[in-house]
Order: sequence, then C-alpha cells, then structure tokens
Amino acid sequence: MQQFPCPFCGLRDEREFHFAAEAGKIRPDTTQPVSDADWAAYLHNRKNPKGETREVWIHTPCAEVFILKRDTLSMAVLGCEPLRKDIP
Amino acid sequence: MTGFRTPQGGLIDRSKPLEFTFDGRSYSGFQGDTLASALLANGVRIMGRSFKYHRPRGVWGAWFDDPNAIFDVTLNGRTLPNCAATTTALIDGMQARAVNAFPTAKHDLKGVLDRFHALMPAGFYYKTFIWPNWHLFEGMIRKMAGLGRLDGELIAGYQSAQHHDRCDLLVVGGGGAGLAAARHAAEAGQNVLLIEDHPALGGGLFRRALPVEGQSPADWIAAQQAAILAAGGRILTGTTAFGVFDHNMVGLAQDHGFAKAPSLWRIRARRILMTTGALERPVTFANNDRPGVMGLDGALEYLARYGVAAGRDIAVLSNNTFATAAQPLLEQAGCKVTLLDATRGPAKAIGKTLRAVDHNGQRIACDTLLVSGGRTPVVHLWRHAGGKLDWNNTISAFVPGHAPDGMAAAGAANGTYDLDDALSEARAVALNHAAPPARKPVPMPLLQPDTNSNTRQWIDLQHDVTLKDIKLAAQENYVSVEHLKRYTTLGMAPDQGKTANMAGLAAMAQLQGQSIPETGTTTFRPPFVPVPLELYHGARRGQLFNPLKRLPLENRHRAAGAALGEYGGWLRPAWYSDIDAEVRMARNHVGLLDATPLGKIEVMGPDAAKFLDFVYYNTIATLKPGHIRYGFMLTEGGIVFDDGVVARMDPNRFVISCSSSHVAGVTALLESWRQDGNDPDRVFIHDTTANWATLTITGPQAKPVMQALDLGVDLAGFAHMTWQTGHFHDTPLRVARVSFTGDTSFEITLPSAQAEPFWDTALQLVQAENGGPIGIEAVSHMRAEKGFIIIGKDTDGETMPHDLGFSIPRRKKRAAFVGDRSLHSETANRPDRRQLVGLRSDTLLPTGAHLVTGKRSIGTVTSSYHSPTLNHPIALALLENGANRHGEAITVWHMDREIPATVTAPCFLDPKGDRLDA
Ligand SMILES: [Zn+2]
Repeated sequence: MQQFPCPFCGLRDEREFHFAAEAGKIRPDTTQPVSDADWAAYLHNRKNPKGETREVWIHTPCAEVFILKRDTLSMAVLGCEPLRKDIP
Repeated sequence: MTGFRTPQGGLIDRSKPLEFTFDGRSYSGFQGDTLASALLANGVRIMGRSFKYHRPRGVWGAWFDDPNAIFDVTLNGRTLPNCAATTTALIDGMQARAVNAFPTAKHDLKGVLDRFHALMPAGFYYKTFIWPNWHLFEGMIRKMAGLGRLDGELIAGYQSAQHHDRCDLLVVGGGGAGLAAARHAAEAGQNVLLIEDHPALGGGLFRRALPVEGQSPADWIAAQQAAILAAGGRILTGTTAFGVFDHNMVGLAQDHGFAKAPSLWRIRARRILMTTGALERPVTFANNDRPGVMGLDGALEYLARYGVAAGRDIAVLSNNTFATAAQPLLEQAGCKVTLLDATRGPAKAIGKTLRAVDHNGQRIACDTLLVSGGRTPVVHLWRHAGGKLDWNNTISAFVPGHAPDGMAAAGAANGTYDLDDALSEARAVALNHAAPPARKPVPMPLLQPDTNSNTRQWIDLQHDVTLKDIKLAAQENYVSVEHLKRYTTLGMAPDQGKTANMAGLAAMAQLQGQSIPETGTTTFRPPFVPVPLELYHGARRGQLFNPLKRLPLENRHRAAGAALGEYGGWLRPAWYSDIDAEVRMARNHVGLLDATPLGKIEVMGPDAAKFLDFVYYNTIATLKPGHIRYGFMLTEGGIVFDDGVVARMDPNRFVISCSSSHVAGVTALLESWRQDGNDPDRVFIHDTTANWATLTITGPQAKPVMQALDLGVDLAGFAHMTWQTGHFHDTPLRVARVSFTGDTSFEITLPSAQAEPFWDTALQLVQAENGGPIGIEAVSHMRAEKGFIIIGKDTDGETMPHDLGFSIPRRKKRAAFVGDRSLHSETANRPDRRQLVGLRSDTLLPTGAHLVTGKRSIGTVTSSYHSPTLNHPIALALLENGANRHGEAITVWHMDREIPATVTAPCFLDPKGDRLDA
C-alpha cells in the first residue's frame, strides 16, 4: 500500500485517493473549432511515462484536488503541490 | 519405524503428554510438539502422498520448507484442510489425516498411478487441453486435483483482527542475527519491532547447539530478549512476515492457535532488516523422494526442539562443513553416523523402505539418509520489495544485492553463515552502518545433478517434478525459467518451491550449459507462506462489507409494513403491500413517497451559474431564482453521466438534485472541475444530502393534501418546475413542483430531525384522500409509463443526450460545456445510434432481451413492466435508429425464444402532460 501526501491532510494511505488526470493537459477551447484529432488527443492520449510523472489526484475524504509527482517505476513519491497556485 | 524420542532434550514439556490420531491410528506426543515431530517420534515414516503419482512421502523438513506432510486436521468438531504438519502445534485430541491419500497415506489406492508415470510427463495437463479432447480427461483431472477436503462448516468467530502500526526498524526473524540487531537498535533508541514465526525465539541457534558468545543458546537468547524489552523494543512470536508491499509496508500474520483466525498487522517500517536465515538445499539423486531421505537441518531441528532423532542408522550426504558439526550431535543422541561427500559422484537410495545408499562405488547401509546440498538464503521479502540478487560463487547461492529503499539483510539471509560474522554484521546493519567483511566464509561447492542418468531423480517433491520432466521441458524449448515453472508446475505447490526451485534451476542450467545466474530465477510473490483469505477479510463482512445508507424514516416504514430493499446503496421501502395496487392508488388518488436519497448538492458563489453552465449539458445561467430545470451532466466523451433537476435559490446559489445512487460520483465530478480548471475561491460545493429528508406527494389528490398540510405556500400560483419556501409548524422547508410520475407532485424537503412528525401528519392526510404510502417499485412502474429514464438502466456507456431526444443544447448552446465537442464526432453523428424507444407487446418482455434483425442484435430491452394503469405490458429499449422506427414491428429474442413487439414512442401515458395539472 503506497502512501501519498495530501497538501491539506498530509501523508495518507493510497486507498483514500483517486487518480483524476495527467497534469498539464489543457482543455481545448470548445467555443472555437477543435479538430477531431485534437479532441481525440485531449480525450484519449496519455504520455504514461516510465519513470517521473506529474498527475492530478483527489484525496477523497477532504476532496482536495492536487498534483502528485511520483515515479511509476520505483513507486517513489517525489512530492505534491496544491493545484490552486497553477491558476493565473 | 526408525525415528525415536531421545531420553532428554528439546523445548517440549515431557510432563504434558498429548493423545492424537493420524490416518485413524492413535499416537501420543508432548506439549510443544508439532504434528510432524510427534509422528516422527512415534516412528511414523510415511506422512503423505505426492500430488501427481501418489508416491509415499516422509517428512523432509521441520518447518515451513517441508513439502510433504500436509494434513486435514479435526479438533473439537472443527476441521481445517491443508495444515502443514511441521508448523501445526500438537493439541490433545487432534485427528489428522494425510491429504491426497485414500484411505491412508501408507496404503493409498491411487499409488497405482505411479506405475503409469511414463504416460504423465511434464505438461501432461496442458497437452490434454489440446489433444484429443480435454473433456475426456476433465472429470478425472478435476477429481485428482486439489489437496485437502473442506467440511463446509463455518467456524464461528473466525475473524481476523486488523492492526495498523509503525516502527523505525522491523527485524524479520528472531535467530541470532535478528536478536543481536534488534537489541543493538533498541538500545540505540530506535523503535524496534522484532518478529519470529516460531513460537520461541532463537532460530537456528538451537540446532547448532554450540555456545553463543560464551553463553548457552538458551541463556544468550533469554538475555537478548530481556534487553530488547528493557530498551522499549517489541517482540511478536508466532508471527510471519508474508509480504513486503509498496512504501515499506510489511504484512504480518500473527498465529493464535488451531482454528483461530490469525491477526493481520500492516506495519509501516522506516527500515526493514531481513534476518530470515537460509534453507537447507536438497541433493538431486536417484530415488531421492523415498521416505527416510530428509534434510539435515530438518533432522537437527527435530533433535534440538522436540528431542526426536530421525533414525538410528544415519548416513549424511553433504557438500559442506555443517555435516561435520552435526555428527557429534547425532551421535550423542544415540545414532550411528556415516558422512558421505556429495561432491564425489552420484548417489542412489536403495529400498522402498530405505535400507542403504549407493555412493562412490560403495553401498552404505542406513535407515535414514540426511542430505545437505548447501544453503539457499531466504530472500523472498527482498524480492517482494524489488531488491536485486547477486550470485555468490563461494556459497553457490543467490544473496541480496542492490538493496531496495529502507531495507537491509544480515546473517544467513545475507549469505553470512558463520555465527560470529553474522552477529557483527547484524549489529552494524541495525544502525545503518556498513557491515565488516566476513572473517570466516563457509564455502559450499555447487552440486549439479547427473543429467545423463535415466534414474528417477526428484526435483519438486510436492508436485512430483523429476529431472526427466526438466529434460523434457528443455527438449521442448521451455527453457526460460518462467516457462519451465508453468510447463512442469515446478514450485507451484503450496510450498512454492522453497526447496525445489534451486534444484530445478541447477538442473536447467546444467542442461543448457549455462551458469545459474544466466538461467535466472522466477518471480517471488507474496504470500511467503500460505495465509487464510480471512486474514485480509477482517470486519469487512455482512452489513459492514458495504454499509447501507439508512433513511431517517426507516422505523416509520417498518411500522407501515414496508418490504425494505437496497436501491443504489440505500435501504428503501420497495413496497408496502402490493405494487400494482400502490400504482393504481397513486394514479387515482394520491401516494406518499420517501424520496430522501435524492441528491441535494448545493453549488454556491459568484461563479456558480457560470460553473453549472459548464458542467451541465443544458443552459443553467438563464434559470430564474425560484425555478427548476431538468438536465444532464455528461462525461467529456459526451456520454450521459447523470440526470436530475437544478433549482436556483438565488443568483449565486443552486441545489442540484442528482440521482439517488450518484451523489458521491456527482460531487467528486463537480469538485474536480471546480478545483481543476475553475477558480475555487468563486464557487463552492457542499453535499447536504444527509441533512434533509424529502417526501413526495403525488397524484390527482396531491393538491387537497397540500391544502390540508397548510405549509404556507401559494398553491394557486404554484407552477410546475418552480419551488417555494414554507414551514411545517416552526420548521422551515422547501416545496418543489417536479414530477417523476407524470402526475401533480410536490416534493417537500425538510431537516431530517423533523421527518417523523411531518410523515405522521402527511400520511394521515394522504390516507384521508384514499391514498397511502408507495414504495420505489411503484414509482419505477409509473416513471416507465411516462417514458422517464433511469441513468445506467435505460442508458449505457454509449448513450448521448440526443439519443434520448434531448438535442437542443447540442445544436444551440454557445457556451462551452463538458462533453460538448464529443457530441459532434463521427460516432455521435452515426445514423444507427441506439436511441430510446418504447415497446408494445402482448407478453411481458424480459429486461435485457435483444432486439434483433435476422441474427444481429440492434438493441436491448432496458426496462419492462406490466403497467397497472394501462393494464398491458410496456417496455423501454435502446434501439438502433429507434427514433425513426416508431410503428415498426420488431423481434425480441431471449434464450432462443422470439417475441413479436411494436416500436413506439417511449411515453405510454398522457403524452401531452395533462395530468401534471389535473
Ligand atoms: Zn486531504
């Protein structure tokens, strides 16, 4: 069982978390034309890197959505950051 | 009949004799015995039958490494299958029976199978799958497969306690190295937990039977134990570390005795020190499976712990100096001992009842042959954690190499066999210091089997894998160790090849002309020893497995005679008397429904309207305060995720009434869009479902009931899809005019604490109008009569809103919304999309039945009822191009039955909506 850090609650067991999305993926502006290829890439394409990743996770008990940096190969947790500082 | 109890010695209590039976015969042992040690002391040789050929087998080891003695054990009417005789403590009155043998291990009727061994080569089972026809063999193989017999009885109270704990240093294995390390670390101030799987601490120190740092083994062990406890360390005996999991979590199974559920400990250790020792390695030679051939360490364990000698006339076949040290111990016990050098030529066991061994051109008479082909460090936990293994040529063994984070190994588990070296190493590693170099290595040359011999040489005693099977696998090119394992079933028995795997690797390496490290090892997976599934189960059973949500009015429903059932995680009234009668009552008069589970999620803040416009398919921003709108939430893939109504309280506050079973999912979806993509300081989400009760009054007499309730709302001007505040006595409440039945309906939402008095009053008034309570089943019928859908029942993972007839936002909504672009994909525009339709037929259609054209399925029945209002069957379905097929005949196919039906619009009752304001 892995342990993840919630920026709000601290280190908690993995089963309290849900994966939400790959971090840094920008939703296309759908009020403008978006090609099938671009939309499909947004919907379906994941980098799924072997090694270091940045992912959006949600800590279900407190509902905090945050960015988790981890290594998919070694399972090491490299850090977390709250999402809200990403908002301009 | 050769094993015997020595006059003294061992950790057993000779003042406490215990009686037991094995395969129907009576024996006695002592407190402190295991089933295996007691049988060995009674001279019992044959303790089991092998899995495939039913060959007679004696006990080989003295602990978890024994592959042979597996019993079904009954005590006080409780039977546990597949107990390892070597690890099951003897209790007075136990009745043991060897598994896989009938009627007894000694006289097994299937022993005849052994004569056909040539017909059952490696891969036998797999080959029967292919040729000539698996079903010819299936019955026989299924009967032969498996070991113990279940008695089908549940043991009352068999429930594993679940502990969660942490420590600085977890020391796995309480032998010399583990004790030294635990004491050193505890005295240095670390929070230490030492675990040992035997009931007593000491590990291999007992069988070694030499002074430890100037003290007797027992005194030295007691001194370490006292020092560890004095320094604040903790010790758990009878406890096995069965696996290392992510981020240094170790699973411990703590034994509590026969037929008592073990406890599960999930330990989060800052560091794990593996002092798990090493296992005796067998020697591969002709007839090496004969009862009487045993591991040397096992025999010494029986002697030291249980005061049992394995035989009287003993030959020891070994490649190392442990045999030399063992000779005086066995002689002191009264045995005659001959040492044989295993590196000098192949050996062969003679006699069905072992009477000699041929070795190096000589025949040596013996009744017992002890073998020691080197040591295999117990590195399972190391590999669970992702540690690497290195091949050590001096001891011919895989030893811990590159360490996983927070893990170290010491002592025999690390290939350090000399005790003084092991103690120094353990003490250094306990403080995370580098270990000093070993001063006294114990060399063990690699033994390789004679692959040219045609004799039967056993590799895996439990699964009957012989050298010939390895040869066949090599010949058929199953040379990768993972393939070798699966093809021959090597190491796949309950012992997981603890002794067999290295012998198999050595044989395959020899056959391939490779070194063992080139050949590699198979994957080590938890659990290290078999653990009951109950271990992971704990309190998660019955109602606690998935606790139901309970209604504040549950007692009232029970008093009204409700049949309660689970609906979307809630325990709800399914019906009170008769579903059809409830529907007719509500259609003709009035019904009272507990709709409390309906979601009540508040969305607040200056950006709330904009936010809901984004998460809803429908436009919400134009909704006026006091009004309600029906709408869909979609996934980004454009699939309908939930439906429900949104009520606007004021410009910056909304209440979302989502499906009863989707509240958690909708809340999570809203939270993730709120925080990821919106300004979380300008919109807030609060799920208040649990705080409110909701009661629905529905039917032509709903208005008179509302009048009599006198809630302070303006009934005359109360339009459909609007809401008002009111009060019941002093309790403020909300009344909404929405309808899931198609009839005039009022939804009253008030604090849960006031639900009971309100229910009592409302029920009385409803009954005065010839109405009464209705359950969720009646409502399901009524909504189907109206063609109202239930998400997930009448929709599936491909349903988009326009498939349900809601296409205006898709065509006209300007603002961006979740899933918008997906509604214009090629798939979304296909003419053969499955669309919601109604079906009419003379018989009730099975839900889930296919709508077919020829042999092709073009849709499914999603809801089907006998309509009490219309008095004929009705059904909803998803059908390809269904919207354009109204009036067409269609064939419904179910279990080879074909039923004719007619496609209709989904609404069967009052399509114009006249009843809403009747
Ligand atoms: Zn949290």
